[in-house]
Amino acid sequence: MSETGYLKILKDGVWTQNTGFVVLLGLCPLLATSNSVVNGVGMGLATTLALFISNVAISLSRNLVRPEVRIPVFIMVIACVVTAVELAIRGFLPGLYTALGIFIPLIVTNCCVLGRAESFACKHGMLKSGMDGIATGLGMTLALALLGALRESLGQGTLFSQADLLFGEWGKHLTLHLASDYRGFLLAILPPGAFIGLGCLIAVKNVFDARAQRRIKPAVAIAGPREAGA
Amino acid sequence: MKTLARSMSSAAAILIGFAAVWTGLVVMTYSSTRDIIAEAQQKALESSLNQLVPADRYDNRITDDHVEVVAPEWLGTDQPVTVYRARKNGQPVALFATPTAPDGYSGPIQLLIGVYADGTLAGVRVLAHKETPGLGDYIEEKRSPWILAFAGKSLGDPQPERWKVKKDGGAFDQLTGATITPRAVVRATRKFLEYVQTHREQLFAPAGAAG
Repeated sequence: MSETGYLKILKDGVWTQNTGFVVLLGLCPLLATSNSVVNGVGMGLATTLALFISNVAISLSRNLVRPEVRIPVFIMVIACVVTAVELAIRGFLPGLYTALGIFIPLIVTNCCVLGRAESFACKHGMLKSGMDGIATGLGMTLALALLGALRESLGQGTLFSQADLLFGEWGKHLTLHLASDYRGFLLAILPPGAFIGLGCLIAVKNVFDARAQRRIKPAVAIAGPREAGA
Repeated sequence: MKTLARSMSSAAAILIGFAAVWTGLVVMTYSSTRDIIAEAQQKALESSLNQLVPADRYDNRITDDHVEVVAPEWLGTDQPVTVYRARKNGQPVALFATPTAPDGYSGPIQLLIGVYADGTLAGVRVLAHKETPGLGDYIEEKRSPWILAFAGKSLGDPQPERWKVKKDGGAFDQLTGATITPRAVVRATRKFLEYVQTHREQLFAPAGAAG
């Protein structure tokens, strides 16, 4: 039970098993829509919504689905959920729809959605699956927002530009200009910038985790030598 | 054999069942968001038109007053282009269309151009393009004020032979790094102005009469 407690699910999704930094699933939208914080967060939240609904739906129907046909059924459910999410974004956040364009329907092909359905939702109850969907989605949003912030600040010297697409009129005042008369660093905005930026972020995360590991180690050694090999 | 057939048909039944239920859910979402989406699109169109011609200059519903024209040699696309008309008290005020500059650096550039009834430009905006980020994308209004220079220009100002970028001996600036992009935009704008000049009657004809 403790293995899949809610806190563990949250921590796995957002940090330990982060789709962007650790599992490296769903890189296509991650790399394509991370050229600004707002695009990244918008894409992350759309993916979160799709993950949440598809996880809950698949968890609810997990006893009806036979193993032989589970993949087509999962794909169908995910495709329908994403189509519905796309329609909702078009209706309620048309500006964001224009900015993300083709990448919203492409959430269907984001392997992390099918991955969570296959490895988690079809084995767990509705609440835990929903939680897993939100956690995985938030992890993705975090990755997209960080990468977006890195690329936007280096590439065009701003943060939160076009925030009005997400938050309406008042978002216009959120834009931060980090330096006046910044000429821009083209590489960061172009696709290679996404790869390089993601590589750097993964490196930073690994350093961070290694530090945390080193802090834990002495405590493990005291607990008993048997743990040392693990 | 019998068990195989049974297991196959039950698997098929599961697939059919899921397909039916989920298609139904998508249909429900579609029908409940259809009007909202149409309204959002209309609002987006209206607000982009109002950037070019202020809302108090006309009194008709622009989004309802339009004609479709096909003019590949003028508008840069062989697809039908919708021309929206702004009127005040029934008199023509301005018209808008979305011609294409077919010769951008990396593909066609879709423009939104507004022209007042007297032939001066209300303004030009770029709706969609694939120009190089950081080089050719200064034609976007949010990246640079370059595109705003078109407002108030007409076929007589500058003279027709000066409807070029400065590098080609014309009157329009180009920014460092990209000449092909502004060249395409300037040319498409001039062509559209010529089209409006030569087809004025047809373009301003009341809806219905023009068919």
